[in-house]
Amino acid sequence: MNAPTSPPGASPYALPAAPAGAMRHIISILLENESGALSRVAGLFSARGYNIESLTVAPTEDASLSRMTIVTVGSDDVIEQITKQLNKLIEVVKVVDLSEAPHIERELMLIKVRATGKDREEMKRMADIFRGRILDVTETTYTIELTGTGSKLDAFLEALDKTAILETVRTGASGIARGERVLRA
Amino acid sequence: MGAAMEPGTKLAVPELTGAEIVIRCLQEEGVECVFGYPGGAVLFIYDELFKQDKVRHVLVRHEQGAAHAADGYSRASDRVGVCLVTSGPGVTNAVTGIATAYMDSIPMVIISGQVPTHAIGLDAFQECDTVGITRPCVKHNFLVKDVRDLAATMKKAFHIATTGRPGPVLVDIPKDVTTHTCRFEYPATVGMRSYNPTVKGHPGQIKKAVQLLLEAKRPMVYTGGGVILSDASAPLARLVRTLGYPCTNTLMGLGGYPATDRQFLGMLGMHGTYEANMAMQHCDVLLAIGARFDDRVIGNPKHFGEVQRRIIHVDIDPSSISKRVKVDIPIVGNVREVLEEMNRQFDGQAGKGDQKALAAWWTQIEAWRAKDCLRYDRSSKVIKPQFVIEKLYEVTKGEAFVTSDVGQHQMWAAQFYKFDRPRRWINSGGLGTMGFGLPAAMGAQFANPGATVACVTGESSIQMCLQELSTCKQYRLPIKIVNLNNRYMGMVRQWQEFFHGNRYAESYMDALPDFVKLAEGYGHRGTLVERPEDVEPALRDAFARKSELVFLDFVTDQTENVFPMVPGGKGITEMILAEEL
Repeated sequence: MNAPTSPPGASPYALPAAPAGAMRHIISILLENESGALSRVAGLFSARGYNIESLTVAPTEDASLSRMTIVTVGSDDVIEQITKQLNKLIEVVKVVDLSEAPHIERELMLIKVRATGKDREEMKRMADIFRGRILDVTETTYTIELTGTGSKLDAFLEALDKTAILETVRTGASGIARGERVLRA
Repeated sequence: MGAAMEPGTKLAVPELTGAEIVIRCLQEEGVECVFGYPGGAVLFIYDELFKQDKVRHVLVRHEQGAAHAADGYSRASDRVGVCLVTSGPGVTNAVTGIATAYMDSIPMVIISGQVPTHAIGLDAFQECDTVGITRPCVKHNFLVKDVRDLAATMKKAFHIATTGRPGPVLVDIPKDVTTHTCRFEYPATVGMRSYNPTVKGHPGQIKKAVQLLLEAKRPMVYTGGGVILSDASAPLARLVRTLGYPCTNTLMGLGGYPATDRQFLGMLGMHGTYEANMAMQHCDVLLAIGARFDDRVIGNPKHFGEVQRRIIHVDIDPSSISKRVKVDIPIVGNVREVLEEMNRQFDGQAGKGDQKALAAWWTQIEAWRAKDCLRYDRSSKVIKPQFVIEKLYEVTKGEAFVTSDVGQHQMWAAQFYKFDRPRRWINSGGLGTMGFGLPAAMGAQFANPGATVACVTGESSIQMCLQELSTCKQYRLPIKIVNLNNRYMGMVRQWQEFFHGNRYAESYMDALPDFVKLAEGYGHRGTLVERPEDVEPALRDAFARKSELVFLDFVTDQTENVFPMVPGGKGITEMILAEEL
């Protein structure tokens, strides 16, 4: 009856602006490595209107288990519901909100940039400053690999001249807790 | 590898086909009854069903009916409902029934056929992405790609359906898997590291709850479908009587506490009684058991939160706790186990609470009850629908299994039929599916042979699964259909009257069939009742007929509305009462 609605003219896929008190959370999920498990999690988020900023998943050292990392924005109440709903899924073994404690977050970006003439020297300097590695070289382009937190990658993109960026591909954040805490089955 | 066997081949180790394995698994699980409809993808399974007689198959006339029948079968007993449908349209027809069971947490296993594994994803005949389509409306689903996984998958399916918060589980079996063979071994147990529902409530939390309940000055016990699903009505009754506190049920919880008991305040919520809603709003300690603070129950959440109250919430599903309303003492666990532990802790504490405050609270509640919020005009020359339900209650002595469709008739049945026992009231609460009533009544009858089963319905709802009258004839099900015929989609019309300026858009039922002729066309008995004085005799005559289905078509007052009513967006104390109009 009182569902939030998007302003008229907005895309039906645009989510309403995050309410006050919404924070960025990085949630790590251990799940059975079975077909359809990814669809179930993605389906859960879309069905209940939760926000997915990024999602990445891959098998762990135990081939029967996958580890998924989702970055989402929401208030404490919403995050609590998300965590409970994820735990309800049959294939989910464990859920941890990494944001609750000190953790390490890393993301990989591959970026293809225009590097011609005097810009080539500047582009190489930028890559060095951000500790990126140039993986591919042509007469007019560099392809750079960059890892770091999401904000570091954002900063690199901000620092570049927009017209120099030809293509970017990001993996989305992965996270792991600091210290001795482990996420295991 | 399991390849199709040549007939006549003898093997040293017995191997079974996938189809045989399905039937053996059902037998191992003690399944007595399967509701289904055959089709290409399930032909081998049907062949095996034919060859044995431990598992009985009931042929419906539409897969939606199969799902609703399995659902009603489960609700009216404590068994798992099982239905069997073919691929493609078989599954999509059943989806409404599956979603209905999902919303009300009913334990059900749905076996669906699928096109052969090599044809999946190639837009084959009668193919659909069953797992994808049902994913949001099942507790879990499986696609069995290898016959060697079949037995374990069936075991897991039954385990998941019946443990924790119950729900429908679908097992999708490609046709070639039903012909492949392997050794059959039904696992005794199935352990899943990712699924371990909490059963016992935390003893510390229970202790806190007991303490809080004894401190209450205006306590209230609010119970829902969870009490029915965990068969907890005995410990609940003991708890409520020991404490002497008022008790209310949601629509899904009716029968969980005896309705004829003086401590029962009636159903609460959008169409609940005045006293139940007022007590819910003004209590200072609320004990919520197996209920989920649904929007139909708490009305406007802001308004509900205006009163300071402490809430204890007992539920098996952690995600239901603090989802809509923040609670103070959450207790995750099986409702029956938690109540039994609470009773143990309350032992010897009866009368310890604030008896003076409790007496004052009851005085207030009786004042609210005196409003007689369910009264209606008994002098009318036109049949009042409430009157029909009251007579139904009298004629069946309150002991019938009553199924319902959705709408005004459903609300009147919930208000006027006093359910003293659980699993007698069978209706689609969460999804509100019209068409549920008749097939669910079939399921209830199969679960309780010889029992009295009544289907309360409206002329709009009954037409949605009408074809099941044929199933009733085939299996000689003596269901009594109580059709409250007001020639309108009653609940829609009521909302259009209250909130849309009497603009009755598409809520008039035009071109209605002659229901008596229709019932007779299906081989049943039909009776048209147009005068109030004929209501009771017609009911008595119908219910005396133990081996016939009787379709009772009651021509009821078109202008009647369901009261009380909490309008959408309003608080639960802002009810519209009959006297105001």
